[in-house]
Amino acid sequence: MAFVRKEFLHIFRDFRTLIILFGIPAAQILIFGYAVRTDLKNAGVAILDNARDEVSQELTKKIDASEFFYINRQLDSYDEIDATFKQGRIKAVIIFPDRMASGIAREGKATVSIIADGSEPNTASLVTGYVTGILNDYSATLTGDVTSSMPVINPEVRMYFNPNLESHFMFVPGVITLILILICALMTSVTIVREKEFGTMEVLLVSPLKPWQIIVGKVTPYFFLSLVNVIVILLMAWFVFGLPVRGSIALLISECMLYILLGLSIGILVSASVSKMENAIFISFLALMLPSLLLSGFIFPIENMPKIYDYVSMILPPRWFVEIIRAIMIKGAGFGYIWKETAILAGMTMILMIISSRKFKTRLEEGER
Amino acid sequence: MEREKVIEVKDLVKRFGAFTANDRLTFDVYRGEIFGFLGANGAGKTTAMRILCGLSRPTSGRVLVAGIDASRRPEEIKKRIGYMSQRFSLYEDLTVRENIELYGGIYGMAMKEILPRREALLERLDFTSYGDTLIRALPLGLKQKLAFAVAVFHDPGIVFLDEPTSGVDPVTRRQFWEMIYETASRGITVFVTTHYMDEAEYCDRITIMSEGRIVALDTPSALLRQYGTKSVEELFVKIARPQRNTV
Repeated sequence: MAFVRKEFLHIFRDFRTLIILFGIPAAQILIFGYAVRTDLKNAGVAILDNARDEVSQELTKKIDASEFFYINRQLDSYDEIDATFKQGRIKAVIIFPDRMASGIAREGKATVSIIADGSEPNTASLVTGYVTGILNDYSATLTGDVTSSMPVINPEVRMYFNPNLESHFMFVPGVITLILILICALMTSVTIVREKEFGTMEVLLVSPLKPWQIIVGKVTPYFFLSLVNVIVILLMAWFVFGLPVRGSIALLISECMLYILLGLSIGILVSASVSKMENAIFISFLALMLPSLLLSGFIFPIENMPKIYDYVSMILPPRWFVEIIRAIMIKGAGFGYIWKETAILAGMTMILMIISSRKFKTRLEEGER
Repeated sequence: MEREKVIEVKDLVKRFGAFTANDRLTFDVYRGEIFGFLGANGAGKTTAMRILCGLSRPTSGRVLVAGIDASRRPEEIKKRIGYMSQRFSLYEDLTVRENIELYGGIYGMAMKEILPRREALLERLDFTSYGDTLIRALPLGLKQKLAFAVAVFHDPGIVFLDEPTSGVDPVTRRQFWEMIYETASRGITVFVTTHYMDEAEYCDRITIMSEGRIVALDTPSALLRQYGTKSVEELFVKIARPQRNTV
């Protein structure tokens, strides 16, 4: 259709649009990804050494020597842990058990506790990951067998402040969620409102094109570009950060399509409600981006929020979508586990589409001046 | 000689709530005519034009455009008319050729029909060298001419021009009116709103609206004679304003 082609031309002619479409997702992935990674240079840790034998001292030295950590202080008792965390200078406490060396000699294993500051989930998961890595390296030298499936020293990880810490790569689902809302809602509302502002909408309305054709023509390119974006983000996540999709890719893509449709309907609704581009941008950002960012559980776990925000977040599509794609990407869950969230999103999409098509229609009939 | 009516309006009323925007309008427009629609802002011109274009439905009364009832099948009307608005209506970030293609496509023309006509049009307008220029790079006068040419590209029976020359310099306006004459001579009816009173004199017939009603309708010269005024401007001030002055 000539109209869809024109819309693609608009997008490719406009350098800024292209940047928003493809630059921002890439930048976000890199920023979120690398900001999280590089954070962990010389993180302070505290050691509670109950063993005080050669194994524990060897490990302490190794941890201190690594580029990731330095030993901020040595604790003398469990009672000090809470206060030390609250001072905020350390990211984790590592606790060596009583008689560690003899335990290893007699039973062939020992358990080291790592308590990380869960108030910064990303850092916490990195800290525990690296400490675990150092412990594994060390146990490998003890057994002389790198591939040993039973590490001699067992790390026992616990999160302080935030016991239900989510997985390592929560930022990728989060970025997909954000980007899709941004592109779908913001870009479609802006492009439709732009036609109103430039007076071309008037001409389209007088033409034999039906309103639904205009809308479909306007959003179709964004639908496809959003899909391309999802794929780009997934590829980047895979190649740059080594995060594969554990679940079904087809399922993931279908869920993304559903979410894209939802975003597009929000965009159409916004565009039907305002007549200036700035307003469209403003509404999209304030009403969509911020709540998505803050309340979807992407950055701040919903479990930690007061109950009221939990309820508020239930009406936000990103919350459900973050859950869906985390389930698929990280847990490898199938449709059976996420049908409820999917149904909620589908319901929201339907409602939004009905409202926005109604609204669009009445606006046309009453006329705009 | 009975001429063919392309627009028939009888007792058209349009209300928005308690406000009556169009009060019992009655007029006919004939084939190939240049029909001027004048009135102060808020006189109801735009409302009437929107109804004629099939964008909004009349509250009551009979409106036939190209033989089609505007209250029943406004979508059919849209296929048979062309439209150009006061606000510039081509896509700035598309080229001249792409704009023509787009509008041809929107009006349901096939590509193989569009392409030869497009080239012929560019030739006729002396636009060939601008074919692949982005609209935003064209001077305003050329844009305006092109917008008009695009509005009649699909050969509609009627073209509606909503203040097409506002903000254009006198020379360009002159050229623009030459295009309008040329179009009318091809049998396309031109329905034009304007607030340049000198332009009104170029029309075959003019209608003056005031406060939702038609207060005058005839050829410009007949109206001048009837009211004893020398110019349409004077005429307009005389008949379109009196109610306002007493308020």
